[in-house]
Amino acid sequence: MKLQLFRNLQPKDDRKRLNLYFIEKRTKKAFEIATVYFMLLLVGFVFVYPMIYMISYSFMDTSDLVNPLVKWIPTKLYTGNYRDAVKVLDYVKTLTQTIIISTIPAFLQTISASVVGYGFSRFRFPGKNILFAIAVATFILPPQVTMIPQFLMFKDLNLLGTLWSLIIPATFTQGIRSAIFIVIFYQFFNMFPKSLEEAAKIDGASTITIFARIVAPSAIPAYLISFLFSLVWYWNDTVITALYLGEKWTTLPLQLQRFEDMFRRLYMAVPGMTTGRTLNEAIVMAGTLLTILPLILIYFIAQDWFVESIDRTGITGE
Amino acid sequence: MRIKLRTREALKGLLFVSPWIIGFLIFTIIPLIRTFFYSLNEVKVTASGVRMFFVGLKNFKDALLTDVDYPQMLVDYFLQMIVFVPIIVSFAMIMSLLLNIEIKGRSLFRTIYFLPVVIASGPVFDKLLSKGAMTFSGLANLQFVKTLQTSLPPVFSRVLGMFISGFIMILWYSGVQILVYLAGLQKIDKSMYEAAKIDGASRWQILWKITMPVLAPLTFVNIIYTIVTLSTFATSPIIKKILVDMYRPERGLGYASALAWIYFLTILAVIGLFSLISAIYRRKVRVS
Repeated sequence: MKLQLFRNLQPKDDRKRLNLYFIEKRTKKAFEIATVYFMLLLVGFVFVYPMIYMISYSFMDTSDLVNPLVKWIPTKLYTGNYRDAVKVLDYVKTLTQTIIISTIPAFLQTISASVVGYGFSRFRFPGKNILFAIAVATFILPPQVTMIPQFLMFKDLNLLGTLWSLIIPATFTQGIRSAIFIVIFYQFFNMFPKSLEEAAKIDGASTITIFARIVAPSAIPAYLISFLFSLVWYWNDTVITALYLGEKWTTLPLQLQRFEDMFRRLYMAVPGMTTGRTLNEAIVMAGTLLTILPLILIYFIAQDWFVESIDRTGITGE
Repeated sequence: MRIKLRTREALKGLLFVSPWIIGFLIFTIIPLIRTFFYSLNEVKVTASGVRMFFVGLKNFKDALLTDVDYPQMLVDYFLQMIVFVPIIVSFAMIMSLLLNIEIKGRSLFRTIYFLPVVIASGPVFDKLLSKGAMTFSGLANLQFVKTLQTSLPPVFSRVLGMFISGFIMILWYSGVQILVYLAGLQKIDKSMYEAAKIDGASRWQILWKITMPVLAPLTFVNIIYTIVTLSTFATSPIIKKILVDMYRPERGLGYASALAWIYFLTILAVIGLFSLISAIYRRKVRVS
């Protein structure tokens, strides 16, 4: 086809034709890019739609909510919903507790997963492959099958309602989705060249020194990524956390779960306050937004670590 | 006394892995066996400790035959997986292919698509779902959707209803999978594309002959990830039911254990089904 095209070209109009060819190619390309942008934007809009919805509703007062003319933009920025939501969520206290509940297990889980991942990656011992396969396979095990005996065990040990019930499994790499973190470190250490460790070994460094001084510092990206994901997953967990920690400790998602009850308790108990204080969707949306706000902040600070996590750890690797 | 080098290495390895071995035994294997044991008993938690009465398979029978909700929940769960998992995975694949095109601002889009992974928690989803923020209000009122919903068998129309009322939520589950695919796409050698283009391959051929074979193993990873995330997410009605039944005196922990075991087996069945499908697909690719 192409050859024929060039054979038929006359000397005088070949430049014209070439120009036409390039213009056609360029418009085609521009059209394609426009289509891609259109689709990305469309999906992007669908993705942020709930956020826009949340933000828009959280600023509406009661009259805006019932006004059929007000669809997206509130007539005025009403911040009362946030005042209510902060009170219902008991924001400062709950936030502090959430940070404690999620950072400590996340930190310990990351450290122990790195140790285990290093063990699987660097040493030969009998049964290693089978053990590693089992470790990966535990990912598909739903926590529901193991939580009832664990619950009773912590009850017997009087650890129910204390942070230990989250800390101990995390330390022994049986926290939330620990299998993923073991695989992350395993892959990361596999990519990491052995020569440095060997040099240190010849210089007489012990294995633990090598791990603490050479390997761990070089694996900081893997640590950061594991910690961040661990943090987010502990933060967002409501099943295990609610079961083991009970009433004493609470997290923002848990408090959001009981939002309706809390609201009623706060505003119905006082005599005379029952009128005009019904829970509306604006307050719920404000509460939801306040719940995810710290996570959004973390996300925007550590954005690259989240979105490049899979590239950097090579978890999809060969 | 000198220990052999191999033995020393093995010991060191076991030492490093020991946190996992201990944790796996104490927090996974023993509880797994105990849950199974509980499921065969009626478990009563009293002040003096846990008391058990052996009842055989009664809990399982009750769960599958007498329970009003549970069998229906399992059917719903199964259908949901069959419908939602392919949607999520193929959506992730399309989005990753689009994001792999070199255009300006694609890192911004990637950031947007990944955001839900960070903020996803059961209560947040519940609140957004119940306030209608997870769907476009016009969607359920479309005439086409309405006729479809009335003409389908009730089980399917319920799944369709779930899909419509929360279709954004379903897309929100795809963040990690998009990144997994993208990582795979980025590993493809660009010269392969150029070579194929010079040999006169069309884009369609390039997609199926170069890109897809790279994505196939990742698809398996993504399918498993999707199934596990959907199944263990706190909004799952089965998980809620297990938690509620734990505290019910007439049912108790034995019954909840049976529910958990049945759920686990159902998840395994779903994973097995999808593994089978992808194994058949891979064999077909190899033959052709």
